[in-house]
Amino acid sequence: MAETFLRRRTPELFGMATLVVCVLVFEALIRGGVVNRYIIPPPSDILLAFERVIVEENILARCRDTAFEMLVAGGASVLVGVPIGVLLYRSALWRRAMEDWIGALAAAPIVLAFPLFLVLFGRSPKTIIVMGFVHGLAPIILKTVEGLASTRPVLINVGRSLKMTSSQMFWKILLPSAMPIIFTGIRLSWTFVLITIVGIEYLINLGGVGQLINELAERYDLPGTYAGICFVILVSVLFFLALERVESWLQPGR
Amino acid sequence: MSISEKTPLAQEPALVVDDVVKRFGRGTEIVTAVDHMSFSVKQGEFVSVIGPSGCGKSTLFNIIGGLLSDYEGAVKIGEERISAPHPAVGMVFQEESTFPWRTVIDNVAFPLELQGVPKSERMDRAHHFIDMVGLASFENAFPSQLSGGMKQRVSIARTLVSQPKILLMDEPFAALDEQTRLLLGDKITQIQQELNQTTLLITHNLTEAVQLSDRIVVMTYRPGQVKRIVDINLPRPRTSDVVGSDAFGHYVAEIWNDLREEASRGMADSESAASRRAAHG
Repeated sequence: MAETFLRRRTPELFGMATLVVCVLVFEALIRGGVVNRYIIPPPSDILLAFERVIVEENILARCRDTAFEMLVAGGASVLVGVPIGVLLYRSALWRRAMEDWIGALAAAPIVLAFPLFLVLFGRSPKTIIVMGFVHGLAPIILKTVEGLASTRPVLINVGRSLKMTSSQMFWKILLPSAMPIIFTGIRLSWTFVLITIVGIEYLINLGGVGQLINELAERYDLPGTYAGICFVILVSVLFFLALERVESWLQPGR
Repeated sequence: MSISEKTPLAQEPALVVDDVVKRFGRGTEIVTAVDHMSFSVKQGEFVSVIGPSGCGKSTLFNIIGGLLSDYEGAVKIGEERISAPHPAVGMVFQEESTFPWRTVIDNVAFPLELQGVPKSERMDRAHHFIDMVGLASFENAFPSQLSGGMKQRVSIARTLVSQPKILLMDEPFAALDEQTRLLLGDKITQIQQELNQTTLLITHNLTEAVQLSDRIVVMTYRPGQVKRIVDINLPRPRTSDVVGSDAFGHYVAEIWNDLREEASRGMADSESAASRRAAHG
């Protein structure tokens, strides 16, 4: 039984072991003076800083704020992006007209437009959420169009042979078939959303973990700064684990 | 009880293909895919349409299935001309067409779900047809867990579950190896005999056509016309054991004589098209 457990968990254990080895290598390189400890603090110092940032800096509440902004912005990107993708899929003219612009939006450094959003929405979480939402929109739209367009023609013919209405065709064939590609879009989108949210929190010194990282960096508390970054990664990991769960629930058998 | 014991083939045709013509393209670029084809399929009969690649078999499949409405002539079920998918025709496609996000039973029950059949009833009916195609122990499996032959059996069960008057299949075993093909042929014969299912099979496989059919419509290479209709008088109930018989060999040789010339024309045509493409860089 233990053997089966080990075999099943081998990839995860291997991943953890790789991480531990990397941490140990960095520890050795920094302590040996190969890497400047004033640029990257030793991992052991970062680990020790965890307790301090949790107790003194209240980083869990900051994580909660960032996660909330992420949830609202990421959720809105899905709720708005998927329907826009569907509309573009249905209208060839709009699709041809807009696809390149949306692609450009995905590549644009929207974070740099924060002064404009500050003027529009003020120095508030609203600015952070709107900017995250805007940056997260494009990948979902593009991947929704791609997913729907790549539905296998034979599945559409099955639907036609069963005299399905266009609504049935959409909900029972096109959307489920497009789901894996739409989820790829959501993953990309949420990466953009998190980067934007933490970046804007950092830049405008407001809200969640991004602001705390800014403050810690200003104080030149490098172990604390890196511990803060670890918490950003933690938020990201939690979101992606949740997304994976939703994905396997929505698409069993794939 | 087999069809031969149960009822003789009724004489009333279940499906009539009457002088059907289908052209593609415009102006000087017109290609005639199907050219004045006529034949009929009687109730409970298994008919195969065989022809070389590019002879218009799949076009004919799409016309009979109602997926191509713009054609001349008539495909009739009773007095009704088919110009859109008809509930009396159940289609099985050449390509694998199961829904990967649904289990076997949910795939098979899908047409009944569309018809609004209550869940318990549609599950019962789906169970019955899954059992019939020999996948009883795979009801809760997903298509990704099945082999190619098993997936095609799911597609066949999904088509049969709505009890279509005519089962229309377009080379359903084309992607399978010869042994699986023979065994699935047995399964199809068994089901056809059990349900007295009127079946029209579109195929390019000679042995498959002879193994399964009561009659074979041989098509010419482009434009697709009826070259000959051959009655297959092999005994029923029939299994794949029939492939070893002299009569089987005789039919295969006879139909191949008709097909060889058409297949050669098709091959020559493809080669000259390839040469033209190569010449134009």
